[in-house]
Amino acid sequence: MRRVPDTAARIRILADGKSIDTRDTEFVINPYEEYALEQAVQLKEKHGGEVTVVILGPEKSTQVIMKALALGADKAVHLKSDKNPEDPGSIARALANELEGLEFDVLLFGKKGVDDDNQQVGQMVAELLGIPCVTQIVKLDVSGGKAVAHREVEGGSITVETTFPAAFTAEKDLTVPRYASLRELVAARKKPIVVKDVQLPMSSIEIVSIQNPPPRPPGKIVGKGVDAVPTLVKLLHEEAKVI
Amino acid sequence: MTGEVLVLAESSGPAFRKAALEAVTEGRRLADLLNVSECALAIGSGLKDRANELGKYGADKVILAEDPSLALFHPDYYRQIALEAIKRVNPSVVLAAATSAGKDLAPRLAIHLGTAVASECTHLELENGKLVATRPAYAGKVLLRVRVNSSPSIATLRPNVFTAKEVVPGKKPTIEQIQFNRPDSRMIVKEFVTQGARKLDLTEASVIVSGGRGMGGPQNYKILEELAEVMGGVVGASRASVDAGWRPHSDQVGQTGRTVSPTLYIAAGISGAIQHRVGMINSKVIVAINRDPEAPIFGFADYGIVGDVFEVVPALTREMKAFYGKA
Repeated sequence: MRRVPDTAARIRILADGKSIDTRDTEFVINPYEEYALEQAVQLKEKHGGEVTVVILGPEKSTQVIMKALALGADKAVHLKSDKNPEDPGSIARALANELEGLEFDVLLFGKKGVDDDNQQVGQMVAELLGIPCVTQIVKLDVSGGKAVAHREVEGGSITVETTFPAAFTAEKDLTVPRYASLRELVAARKKPIVVKDVQLPMSSIEIVSIQNPPPRPPGKIVGKGVDAVPTLVKLLHEEAKVI
Repeated sequence: MTGEVLVLAESSGPAFRKAALEAVTEGRRLADLLNVSECALAIGSGLKDRANELGKYGADKVILAEDPSLALFHPDYYRQIALEAIKRVNPSVVLAAATSAGKDLAPRLAIHLGTAVASECTHLELENGKLVATRPAYAGKVLLRVRVNSSPSIATLRPNVFTAKEVVPGKKPTIEQIQFNRPDSRMIVKEFVTQGARKLDLTEASVIVSGGRGMGGPQNYKILEELAEVMGGVVGASRASVDAGWRPHSDQVGQTGRTVSPTLYIAAGISGAIQHRVGMINSKVIVAINRDPEAPIFGFADYGIVGDVFEVVPALTREMKAFYGKA
């Protein structure tokens, strides 16, 4: 799990033209990882076991760790790193190093971070650990020592069956995250957090520059109501040439 | 010496995806810049007769791996074949379409090859033989230019951004087969279930008609379905209407849904919040229909009609029917 800027946040580029100004940014749990965490908690409620969240992020990640614990995780491992490398492979290697020492049946990820939009880390970690990984799943059924996952693809879904341990990356439809009650927020403070400093491996991807997307040229209001429809069709055909 | 450009040409059934043809066309452009040849990798079932088609889009050679068990994307099977092809070709650049399969596979290859992937690129350049990719981040609120410093450089290409073009009409590529020996895998890919009658994914559609909160309820999307049908498009939705349970998540356009770049995007009853805007801002032409003249969507739509969607959309459907001669 990682913390990311809230999806409503404005993203400002710093003067160096290579990094993002996060001083006033509100950070939240990456939404896709909230769907994954909810799935983990539901599996625990149904099948027993324990949920551990592993969070890679800076010192300031405490708030999102507390939230994850309040949402049903039993304990947290905070891999402390101030760097947020552009190369997902670097993040994946750091996570895989840590996970090699843990025992688990199910490893859940968000399908991607809503900050870098890379969509790489889950399947990379699984490759490093040599376990199956089903990406962008919208449904997970577990019974009889097997999992059947439904992955959302173009125009439908593909069902994939696997044994454990296995990794899955969550698409939005997987679960509806619960809200943490005040009682759970208080209880979260007593749950164990293991903090470790990590060194992220070298990044193979380098940011050359960050730019704002070019603005769209101003459009026009064709008119009001049904009367404007013929003009619109004419403009789409003759001016925009898209029909 | 610089290696070739290798492009994973993904298929859907016995045909190549449009996004795959876009990648092959872009691969040709890079191969010419590097003065190397382009090789396409086709994995699937029943592709043999179609493999030649990739030549027209620029491939000098097609490596073909065919087996009934390859009809659907299987991470372990596809990875094994792709790694074998990479070993044969020794490419300096590997491209794939940023489809569900391409985005799944490319990072796996990167781990095995000790290299990195630039995801969902919208533009590619070469600087001193190295790949420099432009890719949107923060759902397109910013554009990153990134350099891949390891080899081979891997990039996935956002569908509908690059142009698929028959750059070398009539060209016949050489065809080379890879013998597929099914590896052991703990994953069993069982079946593909289509979602309703929809033929196209939002990311592949050239016309999208999207509805938001202004549609009032799930039953009213019928008028959007009708408009989409006439125009050969598909229906999308805003986060508000998906969260309300009116439409499935696979229809959602925006930061936690699909990022689309169709030729024409018609937004009906959508206010145009940043969450939605970032998912469709790269559409070629945006049309907005909204009752509220102050709606933010009018700030970035190319054409707007201020009016009631329940009147304007059916009128637009009639007008389009007449336009396409279907009346």
